[in-house]
Amino acid sequence: MASLSSYKERNFLAVIGDEDTVTGLLLAGIGHVTTGANATRNFLIVDPKTETEKIEKSFDELTSRKDIGILLINQHVAEKIRYKIDTYTAAFPAVLEIPSKDHPYDPEKDSVLKRVRRLFGE
Amino acid sequence: MSGTGNREAVFPTRQSLGLMKAKLKGAETGHSLLKRKSEALTKRFREITRRIDEAKRKMGRVMQIAAFSLAEVTYASGGSISYQVQESVRSARFRIRSKQENVSGVQLPAFESYLTEENNDFGLTGLGRGGQQVQKCRDVYGKAVETLVELASLQTAFVILDDVIKIVNRRVNAIEHVIIPRTENTIKYINSELDELDREEFYRLKKVKNNKKKAMDEAEAEMAARKQKEQVTISGKAEDEPGDLLADDEDKDVIF
Repeated sequence: MASLSSYKERNFLAVIGDEDTVTGLLLAGIGHVTTGANATRNFLIVDPKTETEKIEKSFDELTSRKDIGILLINQHVAEKIRYKIDTYTAAFPAVLEIPSKDHPYDPEKDSVLKRVRRLFGE
Repeated sequence: MSGTGNREAVFPTRQSLGLMKAKLKGAETGHSLLKRKSEALTKRFREITRRIDEAKRKMGRVMQIAAFSLAEVTYASGGSISYQVQESVRSARFRIRSKQENVSGVQLPAFESYLTEENNDFGLTGLGRGGQQVQKCRDVYGKAVETLVELASLQTAFVILDDVIKIVNRRVNAIEHVIIPRTENTIKYINSELDELDREEFYRLKKVKNNKKKAMDEAEAEMAARKQKEQVTISGKAEDEPGDLLADDEDKDVIF
């Protein structure tokens, strides 16, 4: 597996979520901003006005980065790009759906748990 | 007939029979090993899925608490601090490290979180009001992220194990349903061909023996016939014996 060889450099977490979630996670210290010509941030704040295209682009960007080990994404944001998440099967970075303040966590929608259920024939 | 089925293209010789038998034995050993591996992995897999389920539920609770503490911060500092936080982010304090765990020959990565102490991007956040709440919120979110990291390692292990189990099961099935029957078929074919050769050989020997016997019989018969004939000539000769010199027969006069 090609992804196995490159897992060592993956040091950061990334997050796509609403303002509160991102703020909290940034406070915990996961934020990482590179300075310079192509400055990148490892978080994206989604508000109701954010276009789905922008979320998709950001998702692709973050999953293709080589230094990110875990991508956290709010479940209600994940719903908007559900087809992308369901088809995303790579091990790295691990995509993790997390609940947000306004949207309680629903295990039925989680793509990984769906796979779990399907595998055990429930 | 067994020889016409699915089999490998080999010449039916004793050497290839030996090869095929070794191959069959190897395939059977491999099959049982792989089957055991698959079982071990599946056991692990079930454990991981169970833990994922638990961890996801735990995550729901933890994130709720975290969100609540953030609300406290907003209340205490009298306004949203999100802009300030976003702008002061420089470098990640909370980082992860991957290590590997070996489960029956499969490398499963696991994330481990650690804090780099040297940088603190939010030293000034909440300096005016609500500093204590900010600190508390940071701790709570730190704990929450640890839970998330744990969950992520489980999930990564889940994805990788899922793949590996699929591959192993495919191999087990291939050996069980393709390679073993094929090799058995080949062995059967070689055996039948060898038997056929044996029978041919036996028949040939029998034929040779028959021929030899026939030839011998003929020779014997000839010999017997000749002997008899000789006997006859000997007895015939015995009748005209050399003449008696003193017999009555007068010799003819010899006139010079």
